[in-house]
Amino acid sequence: MSAADFRKLADLFPDETVTHSYVQDIVLPAVDGKESAGTFALITLDNDLDHSKPTTLGPKTLVELGTVLEGLKERAARGEIVGVGVTGKPYFLVAGADLSAVKTLREREHGLWMAQLGHDVYGTLASLGVPSFAFINGLALGGGLEIALQSSYRTVSTGAGALALPEAVLGLVPGWGGVYLLPRLIGPENAVKVMIENPLSNNRTLSGPQAFELGIADALFEPADFLEQSIAWAARVIAGETVPERRNAVDPSDPAVAERWAAAIEGGRAFVEAKTSNASPAPAKVLDIMEANRTLGQAESAALECETLAGLMQTDEFRSTVYAFLDLVQKRSKRPAGAPDRKLARPVTKAGVVGAGLMAGQLALLFARQLKVPVVMTDIDQERVDKGVAYVHAEVDKLLGKKRISPDAANRTKALVTGSVSKEAFADADFVIEAVFEELNVKKQVFAELEAIVSTECILATNTSSLSVTAMAEGLRHPERLVGFHFFNPVAVMPLLEIVRAPQTDEAVLATAFELAKGLKKTAVLVKDAAAFVVNRILLRLMGEVIAAFDEGTPAEVADDALRPMGLPMSPFTLAAMVGLPVAQHVQESLHAAFGERFPVSHNLQKLIDNGVKTLWVERPDGSRVIPEETLSLMSFGNSPSTAEEVLRRTQEALAEEIGLMLQEGVVAGPEDIDLCVILGAGWPMFLGGITPYLDRTGASERVNGRRFLAPGIASAPA
Amino acid sequence: MSPSGNTQQRTVRDVVFVDGVRTPFGKAGEKGIYAGTRADDLVVKCIRELMRRNPSLPAERVDEVAIAATTQTGDQGLTIGRTAALLAGLPRTVPGFAIDRMCAGAMTAVTTTASGIGFGAYDVVIAGGVEHMGNHPMGAGADPNPRFMSERLVDPAALNMGNTAENLHDRFPAITKERTDAYAAASQAKLAKAYAHKQIQPDLVPVAAKKPGAGWALHSVDEPPRPGTTVADLAELRTPFRPHGRVTAGNAAGLNDGATAALLASSEAAEDLGLNVKMRLVAYAFAGVEPEVMGIGPVPATEKALKNAGLSIQDIGLFEINEAFAVQVLSFLDHYGIADDDPRVNRYGGAIAVGHPLASSGVRLMNQLARQFEEDPSVRYGITTMCIGLGMGAAVIWENPHHPDYTAATGTTETSSTNSKGAAA
Repeated sequence: MSAADFRKLADLFPDETVTHSYVQDIVLPAVDGKESAGTFALITLDNDLDHSKPTTLGPKTLVELGTVLEGLKERAARGEIVGVGVTGKPYFLVAGADLSAVKTLREREHGLWMAQLGHDVYGTLASLGVPSFAFINGLALGGGLEIALQSSYRTVSTGAGALALPEAVLGLVPGWGGVYLLPRLIGPENAVKVMIENPLSNNRTLSGPQAFELGIADALFEPADFLEQSIAWAARVIAGETVPERRNAVDPSDPAVAERWAAAIEGGRAFVEAKTSNASPAPAKVLDIMEANRTLGQAESAALECETLAGLMQTDEFRSTVYAFLDLVQKRSKRPAGAPDRKLARPVTKAGVVGAGLMAGQLALLFARQLKVPVVMTDIDQERVDKGVAYVHAEVDKLLGKKRISPDAANRTKALVTGSVSKEAFADADFVIEAVFEELNVKKQVFAELEAIVSTECILATNTSSLSVTAMAEGLRHPERLVGFHFFNPVAVMPLLEIVRAPQTDEAVLATAFELAKGLKKTAVLVKDAAAFVVNRILLRLMGEVIAAFDEGTPAEVADDALRPMGLPMSPFTLAAMVGLPVAQHVQESLHAAFGERFPVSHNLQKLIDNGVKTLWVERPDGSRVIPEETLSLMSFGNSPSTAEEVLRRTQEALAEEIGLMLQEGVVAGPEDIDLCVILGAGWPMFLGGITPYLDRTGASERVNGRRFLAPGIASAPA
Repeated sequence: MSPSGNTQQRTVRDVVFVDGVRTPFGKAGEKGIYAGTRADDLVVKCIRELMRRNPSLPAERVDEVAIAATTQTGDQGLTIGRTAALLAGLPRTVPGFAIDRMCAGAMTAVTTTASGIGFGAYDVVIAGGVEHMGNHPMGAGADPNPRFMSERLVDPAALNMGNTAENLHDRFPAITKERTDAYAAASQAKLAKAYAHKQIQPDLVPVAAKKPGAGWALHSVDEPPRPGTTVADLAELRTPFRPHGRVTAGNAAGLNDGATAALLASSEAAEDLGLNVKMRLVAYAFAGVEPEVMGIGPVPATEKALKNAGLSIQDIGLFEINEAFAVQVLSFLDHYGIADDDPRVNRYGGAIAVGHPLASSGVRLMNQLARQFEEDPSVRYGITTMCIGLGMGAAVIWENPHHPDYTAATGTTETSSTNSKGAAA
């Protein structure tokens, strides 16, 4: 086959942004004063766009690269060139397969072509008849890193941004040879780390030096003259003066390696189970292929990789992931729906936090670190104030101790955070957020006091998670300046911020809130003032269903494990314990008050809270879990147990109903915002697409609401 | 660092040229090899190559980085000596500054820092220059004071270097277009020969440059040379500065992009650090002339430098004179009665062939003189000299350490003794 045979695939994508393969002939530098070893063909992968537009591998791109490589193979056969190099435009080797194109492949056969096209092109690279070199100058993900793996030799820049094989978390496998080559190059344990553990750990990536340490690259050079030094290194390799040492490389036919291989696969499977409950097919497929290909030749592995990729490309998990990753996390999060023109935003040069408790301290730290403006905390007595400020200073010292910040930055941040027992300290603040006790009258009183002190322009914000922002604004002289600012715990880590607009909140206030969110490096989603907003409402609807099933007599392990097929980051009972049972119950009560029986208040949960029980499950020393007898004896159960399937179905339908209602109420602009919220605020997996693609594909949306949330093709197969 | 804490008995230290490198020179403009490449990046390649070639020098021992550029804005702005040092990965403790004397920028970077070494302020320095004339067309952004014209301080025509070259022909009618064209063709031929003998390549640092729609290329040779140029070819060229004039694109240096850098040290530091010595600095001088005939500048500069060194022109065995214009070189040669094709002059050809990225060229002359010293130990002294816009000349006299009479000048020399006979005692 030749790459040109795949034009039929390329024709399916008229709009591909092509990454071109430009070739320049280079006279190799002389080594040790001898004559130059000859001509070296250097390919640059470049889409001729600036660094904000990563280079990707779509069908046209691959056909062009393949055709170029075939030409070079002929030149090599004629003796015109002695080596071939591949590098990228600044900051990128290449960012991997063009996912937006792959997502739209309607037929399994087209996916198979795509997989085969990659193997055809990379196969040419691996069989040029002269050594091939990848000069990894920047980001190299998935198919991008596989170009490097398929080359005979690799150099990497210390400045290379991110190297990874993230396919497992995207719903695919590193099936352009990565899954075959990587374990051989860096050992099976490291390969499992790179192909499984890193993708499933918040999609962790490798730096250039880390990739070099693992043995992915043979040589490491600094960015200032990376390409020049890489070419000089290639010249030495071609001249036989340098032979790279590959410490971690293994021979899979060695029995000791076979043992290590099996152990690494086993470890990988346990990791996948723990992280995803095997709710998405891709990670296990990566391990399946790696397990099988220990005894396979590269071509046989390639056939297996192609078939697997073709199958995975047609899965809803893959399409939902691309939707979640590209459409939501990469795009929608940067342009929040409903955010007013940023030109309306007012500058925030000083911030205030009412309260000096744990939440207040987290907020003060975030504001001081990210906005770098003075932050003053207040509380009712000096002791509380001192404790609050001391907490922030201690957190700054922790960051300093971990070398996350410099001593100067630590001094600056600490100096920015001060405390006062008088709210007069807010007189010149532009933004004051309250983090006081979660009770409406307390908060209203705080705001009344604040209005007497602050300027008329000062924005007032509440961090409430369950109270009505609208009710809080009643009685204010300037209700238009109040906005809800709902963070998630831990504030420093969770990327989501729900910005709550009450009916009177004006555009300038809202615009300032969004600019502030950007300054705080949070993804903001605009929500209407409705009980518990988005994430908590969905989480508690889910928890409520599972706890209700438990209260009705479903065994704890059946009820709590029923949602495992969704692959959520933790089970409902574990989540309740982590949030704190009293907090969960408090929010549930607010939701019950607002929406009635859709949010039942569990009498069993109340019993536990009353008796100071903090968690249902207790871990035994062997790691298994149990509900202690004394906990069980506090509770009473009905006699209508459900099966796990029934609990799952009922939860799916409850979620479909609740989200349907939220969209009807106009809580957010669309189902995409719901999905973005649960991904960033609850850590729900991308293979669910957040949640609405999952509810669509399981049929829950149709059953409950009579229609899908998202049109076919958005996060699923095209119609 | 300082030779002694005693300010009463200041001593002067010998300064040596340890090493010098340059980028291949490119043609300025969109078609040139460095279109789209930053000037500061060109300097960085030179600094890193110097450090690589001299591994016994700990980076923190570099006391100064002086980089010249004629236009100090954009990618040549922001105090380029400091930015280049940071970008090259030198320790943050290493300071740097920017310097400007137009065409003699790098030469002035060398003499200024060399003076600092002699004075005891530095042990080791990096001095060089850059000009990306594609990014910074000559004279761009200049705002000459109107008094130049109203008070007739400088003929406005003197701000255009081509005009000053025509003026020089007027002053020296014996220098004909036939002579300048013959000189220019010889320059091309001498460079081609030097390339063939690999006399140029060792001091070039390859530069990778990317152009839109073409990808990365590696440039390891100069772009401007036109080997095989004949006098007949040159005779056909236009004379853009005057109708029926004498100065053409063929008998003048072009508009170019490129960078250079050299490593200088006190002779003690060179010995302590195990650094090679390619040349010893004997004397230098700058001189002013009428801006309208700036090309004659090397003559008074050389006179002054020879006087400082206690040498005469007969002591100079090799000349590296910058070829801004053939007429300017010939005016120098005529002054000293040296033949147009004297083998001591520009053995590897000159800027007419290789190019002249203004502020970078001084170190190129030094690189070439150093290599000729190594090839020809019979020569004891050589000179690098160049003309400078607005009517100046620069000259630096160097001693060949390979000469049998050379004595490595370790230790210090009393202030008064440097202009005895130049050579180390």
